[in-house]
Amino acid sequence: MTLGVFMFYLISATILFFSVLTIASRKMLRAAIYLLFVLVATAGFYFLLNYQFLAGVQLTLYAGGIVVLIIFSILLTSHISHKFERPAAWKLWMGLSVLVAGSGTALWVLLLQPFSKNPAVKEVPVTMHLIGNQLLSLEKNGYVLPFELISILLLAAMVAAIVVAKKENN
Amino acid sequence: MILDIYSFSTLTSSIDNSLHNMMSPWMATLTEFVLVGIVFLLFYALLGLFLVYLERKVCAVIQNRIGPNRVGRWGIFQTFADFIKLLMKELITIKHADKFLFNLAPFIVIIASFMAMAALPFAKGLQAIDFNIGIFYVIAVSSLGVVGILIAGWSSNSKYSLIGAMRSGAQIISYELSVGLSLLAIVIFSGSMQLSTIVESQADGWWIFKGHIPAFIAFVLYLITATAEINRGPFDLAEAESELTAGFHTEYSGIKFAFFFLAEYMNMFIVSAIAATLFLGGWMPFHIGGWEGFNQIMDYIPSILWFFGKTFVVIYIIMWFKWTFPRLRIDQMLNLEWKYLLPLNLMNTVIISFVVLMGLYFK
Repeated sequence: MTLGVFMFYLISATILFFSVLTIASRKMLRAAIYLLFVLVATAGFYFLLNYQFLAGVQLTLYAGGIVVLIIFSILLTSHISHKFERPAAWKLWMGLSVLVAGSGTALWVLLLQPFSKNPAVKEVPVTMHLIGNQLLSLEKNGYVLPFELISILLLAAMVAAIVVAKKENN
Repeated sequence: MILDIYSFSTLTSSIDNSLHNMMSPWMATLTEFVLVGIVFLLFYALLGLFLVYLERKVCAVIQNRIGPNRVGRWGIFQTFADFIKLLMKELITIKHADKFLFNLAPFIVIIASFMAMAALPFAKGLQAIDFNIGIFYVIAVSSLGVVGILIAGWSSNSKYSLIGAMRSGAQIISYELSVGLSLLAIVIFSGSMQLSTIVESQADGWWIFKGHIPAFIAFVLYLITATAEINRGPFDLAEAESELTAGFHTEYSGIKFAFFFLAEYMNMFIVSAIAATLFLGGWMPFHIGGWEGFNQIMDYIPSILWFFGKTFVVIYIIMWFKWTFPRLRIDQMLNLEWKYLLPLNLMNTVIISFVVLMGLYFK
């Protein structure tokens, strides 16, 4: 077993462990923190794949951005003594059976699929220049349209947020 | 170019080779992990203690006092004594607090700053990891620290802590944008995010000189926003001794408090090191393009001295801020960011893109 394979299993185990804790925890902020661990471990996967840019994006956007937003809203709304109630037994069993069925199907499909490395696909080092050019490229496989659409969506969301937050003049 | 006798790459590669000769590659890598970890831990702790000492001395000089002067000559062992005192203090556990998160919070804060330090180029050939997204990585991992502050405030189950954490969260999230944008200036100039490439690109002059006015504006903006980002005065509203007792770490004592304290000072070191690396040339000696003789004389000063010299100049400026300016109110601080600094930063980014496209900087 090489170090890379060992790290793969270590990171996978971390992700699995904390994912289960995220949904099983009865305290809301703890669940959010477990989610943070899951997202950080996912960034570890990208580092392992040598895709450092995506790992950086994962850390800034998910771990530093979204989880902080979630924590912020929990801080504002929930009290420290608050705990979720235990789920009813039938809900628990229903959930577990769905879990078994779902993961069984996924595993069955995955294990039947013969994975092999496609020799036609070459490994390209993903540099910042490549990402920047591709993001604003009008050529085939260019991302300029989605990029512009997302920026318009973001602008609309920001304007909406300002309108909602604005105090009315009485 | 820079003299080879000062390069650390011969030293590190010889250690690497001898380790690989002695044991299997597996074990060699593992041993290197442990060695690098120990070196960083020692460096982190000692530098943290030194920065606390420096802060007290600088504060004393500015306020016309002598500062710590009893423990050791010039009081240099004062912070060690303080540290031992902190270690021996009782760790208070609070009733009705979320104990798991309460104990976890200091570690998240300190791990975030520890991870950021891994990518810093300390000298020629002395850098733990050289990512091709270097500066982006530093911004990404340092944004994790705010999570620790937020859960520290919430899990203490105290109103002072919660208000401090909310303020700190609002402050760090807002100022992160401006920090990123002002660093983007140098990324545009050098065309790379890799820290080693950015340092190499300054071999014929530091970016603050080569990029003239827009680079200088970016540097000033970075200093202001980075000071806010690390929760230091005049932006220390998260701690606010006068109205919030101690902000988010009110309920912490002993070594857990020391963790927050140490992380704060190390964050100051990290932002200063980033400023030194991006704007002031990092470990690159003071070079002027074309002056060969002058450049060669400058090369005789080791690169590690250049790096720490520049970093400590920036640290001194940040300390100077704290003991000179009056504190801001929370609404004033958020206004400053969203209404002044962020638009200025955005405009500056556009100007820099124009300057680089037109080739209007010194090459």
